[in-house]
Amino acid sequence: MIPRHLVIAMAVLLVAVLGLSIYALHVRRTVAATPVASTDTRPLGPPIAGPTERVTLYVAHDDDGTLRAESALIPLPSGRQQRAEELLRALLSLYLDKSSPHVLGPGADIRSVFLVDPGVAVIDLNSAFADTHRSGVLVEDLTVASLIHTISTNTPGILKVKILVDGKERDTLAGHADLSSFYDVTAVNQLATQLQPVQ
Amino acid sequence: MTRPGQGTPVLATCALILLCAILLSGAPPEKHLTVYSVAANYSLPLVQREGRSYVGLLELLEPLGKVSAKAEGVRWRLHYNNVEGDFLLGKTRARVQGRDADLVGRFLLENSRGLVPVAALASLLPRFLGGPVTVHEESGRLFIGSTATHFTASLSAENPPRLVFHFTAPVNPTVATEPGALRMTFSREPLVAPASPTLTFGSRVIPSAIYSESNGAAVVTVNASIPVMATFSSDGRTIAISSTSTPTAAAAQNINPSEPGTTTVPGQPTPAGPINPPPAAPAGRRYFAVVDASHGGDDHGETLSNTLLEKDLTVALARSLRQELVSRGIPTLVLRDSDANLSLDQRAIFANADHAAIYIALHAASNGHGVRVYTAMLPYDGDDRGAFRAWTTAQHTSLSLSQSAASAVTAEFQRRQIPVRTLTAPLRPLNNVTGAAIAVEVAPQGSDSSQLTAPDYQQLVTSAVATAIAATRDQLGAAQ
Repeated sequence: MIPRHLVIAMAVLLVAVLGLSIYALHVRRTVAATPVASTDTRPLGPPIAGPTERVTLYVAHDDDGTLRAESALIPLPSGRQQRAEELLRALLSLYLDKSSPHVLGPGADIRSVFLVDPGVAVIDLNSAFADTHRSGVLVEDLTVASLIHTISTNTPGILKVKILVDGKERDTLAGHADLSSFYDVTAVNQLATQLQPVQ
Repeated sequence: MTRPGQGTPVLATCALILLCAILLSGAPPEKHLTVYSVAANYSLPLVQREGRSYVGLLELLEPLGKVSAKAEGVRWRLHYNNVEGDFLLGKTRARVQGRDADLVGRFLLENSRGLVPVAALASLLPRFLGGPVTVHEESGRLFIGSTATHFTASLSAENPPRLVFHFTAPVNPTVATEPGALRMTFSREPLVAPASPTLTFGSRVIPSAIYSESNGAAVVTVNASIPVMATFSSDGRTIAISSTSTPTAAAAQNINPSEPGTTTVPGQPTPAGPINPPPAAPAGRRYFAVVDASHGGDDHGETLSNTLLEKDLTVALARSLRQELVSRGIPTLVLRDSDANLSLDQRAIFANADHAAIYIALHAASNGHGVRVYTAMLPYDGDDRGAFRAWTTAQHTSLSLSQSAASAVTAEFQRRQIPVRTLTAPLRPLNNVTGAAIAVEVAPQGSDSSQLTAPDYQQLVTSAVATAIAATRDQLGAAQ
């Protein structure tokens, strides 16, 4: 005959197994129903060392198709090239935010910015930036104007800008904006003026 | 005083010049091969070698897809899309995708340029293109795929009678007259022969019409015993040949205002009337406006909805704009009228080669409201070298004219209370076009992108553009 205490122990264990099974099933269903957060593929870098400065970012707004000057306080390193990179990263962080006025695809990033004298800037975007960019003349115009006007306004001396994707030349950003030539900063500044909101 | 023999060198030089002039005037015209395809219609020069007509294979395939060639000694390799061809100098056979192809004559290599006999194209081209081709070797005409424009002719019972030609696609021939005949030359249209090349009508006034082909063109000659003229209508699909004295012929008017879409080409001198002639077109211009349905083929443009791609909508807009322009008497060429791949360079080349007064690229977008009119934002680089204009900034000299056209189009949209903006854009091929060039991006007026497919909205937009172009016609036409 099985001792009484063993029967009780077995019964308690069976109830525990059953309860855990039901809980595991519930957790599995909950996880399946929860949308997976998109992975941020941007590389982690060391925190920027440098004093915080006030800069002007030219932010694209899709709702009315304008480019608006917005003031921001960001830490900027002393190197001219690193400053340019951080400026564009600050701009990009606005576009990747949940309340972005000009949505860019997940994983969009600036790989690097090169400043070459005399007056040449090269902006190297990653492939996610271009591959996930929405197609359209105006929406691409806004992105190009935003990047170039921001960097040229905050970095004096830039006359022309080349945009690369993953270090290579590309025909267009997303089917419209031409990336095969150097952008004339003066011409982009005129476009930025055209894109200002009507007062 | 002239010494004996002093005038002899002068006389000899004059005689030599005279002899050269006689020889040159008697030289046969340069032969051409005209190519008709869904992607483009174009013409190439032919060279005569070894008693045959030869054509450059690379130039022939260039407007049709991605092509490259490399000469290595006597070997010439050609890549067209994913097809590889291997040619050997002096050989009558070539290897295409590992299989032999008969060239009919010897393969020639001149300055790294591969030449093949025109007679070989019927068997050689399908290997590269993957589809059928038809070669009219004698007349120098090549049809790729099922591109052909057919026509019928019927004589009306009016007095004097009218001969009416109906074409399966819009045509725009060159019309010339001579005593007793009116000749229509179709250089760009893939016109093909009717069942019988000679059409008889049993009339003493217009007894017959004869179809013929020569040097890359089709010619329809209408024999008539009275002076006749050609009248175009139905978007270029109908040409009526009638007496110049017919009251309905709207003599001396280039555009018949009572019949929208009708353009008249007088075949004989016409009596003076209240004429407002259009500006003289430069030599070589056949179309005043070139309308470009942007994207196409592998390039879908923006995905406007689950069932609508930008490349399809731009074709619909281009057709509508052509109709609106033609109805205002503006000869118009639509660059892409099907789902064909057409590179940005090819689009600019067609617009430039035709010396069109204005190039209009059409785009569509789901974001924003209304219409955006763009002119070129020129890149930094691109310096002209002497007489040669830089490709990337070819638009430079016409930019102010483009801006004027864009302003006129914008004003017309504003007049019709359609939201509109004028901007510059780094949008090719605007910067490569030598004449006035604008791009029009059409977005819905509200948030409903299905409005883009509404014929009423499309017509509203295209008629506004056409009205503005017609209003600035003199300015645009005079500029070139």
